[in-house]
Amino acid sequence: MVQLLEFERGLEPLEAEIKTLSLSEDAGADEIVKQMRALRKKRDAMLGRLYGNLTDWQTCQVARHPARPQALDYIRALFTDFTELRGDRAYGDDAAVVAGLGKLGDKPAVILGQQKGRDTAEKIRRNFGMPGPEGYRKAMRMMDLADKFSLPLIAFVDTPGAYPGIGAEERGQAGAIGQCLYRAATMRAPGLTVVVGEGGSGGALALAAGDYIGMLRHAVYSVISPEGCASILWKEAARAADAAEMLGLTAAKLKKRLLIDEVIAEPPGGAHRDSAAAIAAVGAALEKALAQLERLETGLLLEKRARRWREYGEYSEKGK
Amino acid sequence: MNWFTDILPGIKKKKGKSAATVPDGVWSKCPGCNTAIYSVELRKNCYVCANCDHHQRIGAEERARLVFDAEPALSPLGMEVRPVDFMNFRDGGGGKSYAEKLREAQKDDARREAVFACRGTIGGRAAVAAIFDFSFMGGSMGSVAGERFTRAVEDAAESGAPFISFASSGGARMQEGVVSLVQMAKTTAALARLSARRLPHISVLTDPTTGGVAASFAMIGDVVVAEPKALIGFAGPRVIQETVRERLPEGFQRSEFLRERGGVDLIADRRELREVLISLLSLLRPPGG
Repeated sequence: MVQLLEFERGLEPLEAEIKTLSLSEDAGADEIVKQMRALRKKRDAMLGRLYGNLTDWQTCQVARHPARPQALDYIRALFTDFTELRGDRAYGDDAAVVAGLGKLGDKPAVILGQQKGRDTAEKIRRNFGMPGPEGYRKAMRMMDLADKFSLPLIAFVDTPGAYPGIGAEERGQAGAIGQCLYRAATMRAPGLTVVVGEGGSGGALALAAGDYIGMLRHAVYSVISPEGCASILWKEAARAADAAEMLGLTAAKLKKRLLIDEVIAEPPGGAHRDSAAAIAAVGAALEKALAQLERLETGLLLEKRARRWREYGEYSEKGK
Repeated sequence: MNWFTDILPGIKKKKGKSAATVPDGVWSKCPGCNTAIYSVELRKNCYVCANCDHHQRIGAEERARLVFDAEPALSPLGMEVRPVDFMNFRDGGGGKSYAEKLREAQKDDARREAVFACRGTIGGRAAVAAIFDFSFMGGSMGSVAGERFTRAVEDAAESGAPFISFASSGGARMQEGVVSLVQMAKTTAALARLSARRLPHISVLTDPTTGGVAASFAMIGDVVVAEPKALIGFAGPRVIQETVRERLPEGFQRSEFLRERGGVDLIADRRELREVLISLLSLLRPPGG
């Protein structure tokens, strides 16, 4: 049974009942099987109702769920011959950014992913998915590779944000992100990104400035974390729920403003209840998007990309 | 133009009056050393304290005046681009809405925004600039700042002129959500197109340059110049302090700190900045220019 989120507490009695039945001595008996099926149906209906009407703050919690599939889960399941490539060739290897080569179907690709980590040791090693400048410089190396070998760059975004630490600042965090954005604009190969969990501000954008941005339905992507926004507006991080509603950070809201290309459906009850289904959905979306982008001749690809990023902005124009 | 300092420069501080009753704009206290400075003197000194060299934050048009030639007159760019509260950003709890904050920041001039862009000459050479104004909502970059910046870059690219950016910003404008975030990619991509034409981008970092502005166009100039003691970084010191829970090193994230660590090319005193830019522009001449 997955860890229940605050808003899922209503499921607790049902889940407990299902668990008791499944552990009972005659779990195989017709009557018990029937009972369990009915209970599961009831639970799934409840999940459907909950997940069909998530508030934006609830969506943030789903996006951050500890059991949600992470970048490496997608990479290992979707790519064959995955070969991890490490290091920024200058200072270190940032484990918050996984990079490498692999094949999506029969197509070689360059891969990037922000990995938060599962157990405590991995989380610490990967700095909870918060990259430092070495991570962004490693990402740039991958863009160079994609460019040189005309391979698509496929990135999985899942980060609370770029790391706000002393060392990161000393080694040029801001410049590394800026250079990543610059490189992404000039890369002569298609760039595809799926926001699979949390898209934390500039630290996420650095890997999401290409030609296709997909986003899982319950992932979030925001200019600032709801907690950060609440503490600026009301000096009260506890009002994050209010802030989340205002920031327009869900896939559905971002799609409306054309900031992303596609909302990728999640299995009932969220990606963490059925990782395989979520991974398959992401894989299918990527293959479809890649097939479309590969049809574009490089000049046209770059032109379309330039136009896409040029046009972002909502303002009025006096006299027009 | 500050009408108070320009029109009423003759007003003197009356003896016996407490500092609290001295009208704003005639005398001000230096935030660096607390010395009272006569505003006419301050203005003459490029808003740098004559006593401690503290560089005060200045408005974008004032900045343009300090850098560009007085003649020919500047041509502002993109002034018709105005902000919209398209997300209907209300902060509940009795706070001000984005629309109200915008009106307040605009004061009586609806053309005001966080970026002022213009074309003019510097030392007789044509140049285009996008200048951030920290006094307008912390110089935050939203749609208008991004669009004006981009138009200025494109104006430079089309006219074959060098481009100079002056950053002074806390980062992205939260009230515009991800639309403000993507301005980082938009401005950076515009600079890539400028670069393809082999035109220079000189980036001047002033106090403060942080967040999404630091992490986009500001650090990728062909030459990155900083004003003395400007705060420059990705995350603000308070956020870092809360994250690492240790004392930040002396001078952390200041221009001098960045220069030592290879983050900026040079530090220029504002009183010499114009000459530094003239020199750089003469050295980085576009091919055939």
